[in-house]
Amino acid sequence: MMRPSSALLVGVVKLLVGAYARWIGTSPGPAQRIYFANHTSHIDTLAIWSSLPRGLRRRTRPIAARDYWGTGIRKYIATRGFGAVLIDRARESADVDPLEPLRAALRQGDSLIIFPEGTRGATALPARFRSGLYRLATEFPTVELIPVYLDNLHRSLPKGALLPVPVVCTVRFGAPVVLANDESKEVFLERARAAVVALADPKAAA
Amino acid sequence: MIDHLRTIPVEFFWLFGALVVLLGVASGVAALLSRRPADERKAASRANLTARINAWWVMVGILAVAFLAGSTMTLILFGLASFFALREFITLTPSRPGDRLPLSLAFFLVLPLQFVLIGTARYGIFAIFIPVYAFLLLPSIAALRSDIDDFLSRTAKQQWGLMVAVYCLSHAPALLMLEIPGQAGRSALLLFYLLLVVQMSDVMQYVFGKLFGRTKIAPVVSPSKTVEGFVGGGLAATAIGSAMWWITPFTWVESAAISAVIVLMGFLGGLTLSAVKRSLGAKDWGVMIEGHGGMLDRTDSICFAAPVFFHIVRFFYT
Repeated sequence: MMRPSSALLVGVVKLLVGAYARWIGTSPGPAQRIYFANHTSHIDTLAIWSSLPRGLRRRTRPIAARDYWGTGIRKYIATRGFGAVLIDRARESADVDPLEPLRAALRQGDSLIIFPEGTRGATALPARFRSGLYRLATEFPTVELIPVYLDNLHRSLPKGALLPVPVVCTVRFGAPVVLANDESKEVFLERARAAVVALADPKAAA
Repeated sequence: MIDHLRTIPVEFFWLFGALVVLLGVASGVAALLSRRPADERKAASRANLTARINAWWVMVGILAVAFLAGSTMTLILFGLASFFALREFITLTPSRPGDRLPLSLAFFLVLPLQFVLIGTARYGIFAIFIPVYAFLLLPSIAALRSDIDDFLSRTAKQQWGLMVAVYCLSHAPALLMLEIPGQAGRSALLLFYLLLVVQMSDVMQYVFGKLFGRTKIAPVVSPSKTVEGFVGGGLAATAIGSAMWWITPFTWVESAAISAVIVLMGFLGGLTLSAVKRSLGAKDWGVMIEGHGGMLDRTDSICFAAPVFFHIVRFFYT
């Protein structure tokens, strides 16, 4: 049974941007996963989460920045609506690792949705990935790393926009990226980014 | 509610019952067919058949809602259809940052307001709201943002989207607002008549085209449209339309002429929107946008037939 707030949220997201899932290199399943995607819009988190089959949503938790999602109505949506894990982007205290809440969620067996660029970009294709994904990959080798490409959302609600424009968005899920033995951080992050970029072209992905 | 139900014309129950039985049989046959082994081509045409039957179920559902729940609910249903059609159109239309505000306003202000205006039944306002006010103000907002690259082509495409997906489509539920002397409570039958003739025309043209189609009308724009399909299917749909004169204020001769106009406009709608679609670089509104149903593929003929049918009824019968 879905919470009414979640059902309403998913309904609004689907009405605005469709959020149709395309499982290209993998299929929806109960395996513990880290979904990592390009980031262009505030709707990204909700679009990926809404596109998942209902049964997977409960155990899949998006990562949201505390400075944006941590107060007022947005906090209510983030925590009650889609069970977000809030993290500090700003690193207010140097001695607390911002990845700690993610590790806690992974240890509980939850799946995560993360945006390795760390911030929203202005272009359709993602910028350089930050190292968090690599660190999680080394610490949790059994968790599947699924690349996700969000199509069109940069047109719906880009950085700085107040009102969304309804456009149909596709959420493409690719084949898992596996961290190779002795693979360097730079090589792995570039390979992970390339896996997301490869999903950008629907013809290549089909 | 009970009082409202008493005002429903008895024809509604006959039509509704007959259609449900017919569609039930059609769905049953389609389900049986889909169980038999088939090559790829046969499977595709069976899927097409199922899609068409499902479109009919939707139409019968709209008829039921239009009668049982009243005009407000029908306006909401068509408003949603417009929303999805416009979303589809805009998805395939390139836009620039300067278009964001006009586009948001098109979806969240112009579209709902058009259907509210239809609900007020004030023709003098709803007939000009989009072609005058929306078409003058939305490009002005884009111009104020001083983003002039491809300005004319961007705003023209947005206006096409609004015109087809919102303005034209909204004339179908506008039929419910017409007050025809001696026909009180029966205007929903006109909406049904329009949908029936348009859908019949699509189906019959498809069938006649498959059976006798030789000469393509516009091979580049729409390879499936043939002269034989259009003439045969169009005549069949006109015949069905004229045979339904008894649910309308028309005589059967008038009904034949009006059906012919609906058939012609529906045909032109399918053809023209196909050209629009191709110039946006897509073959199917739905297929281009993965996983999406293709609202404009389903409603293209209604978009062109609805305003003309509405005007004919309004000028000659009210």
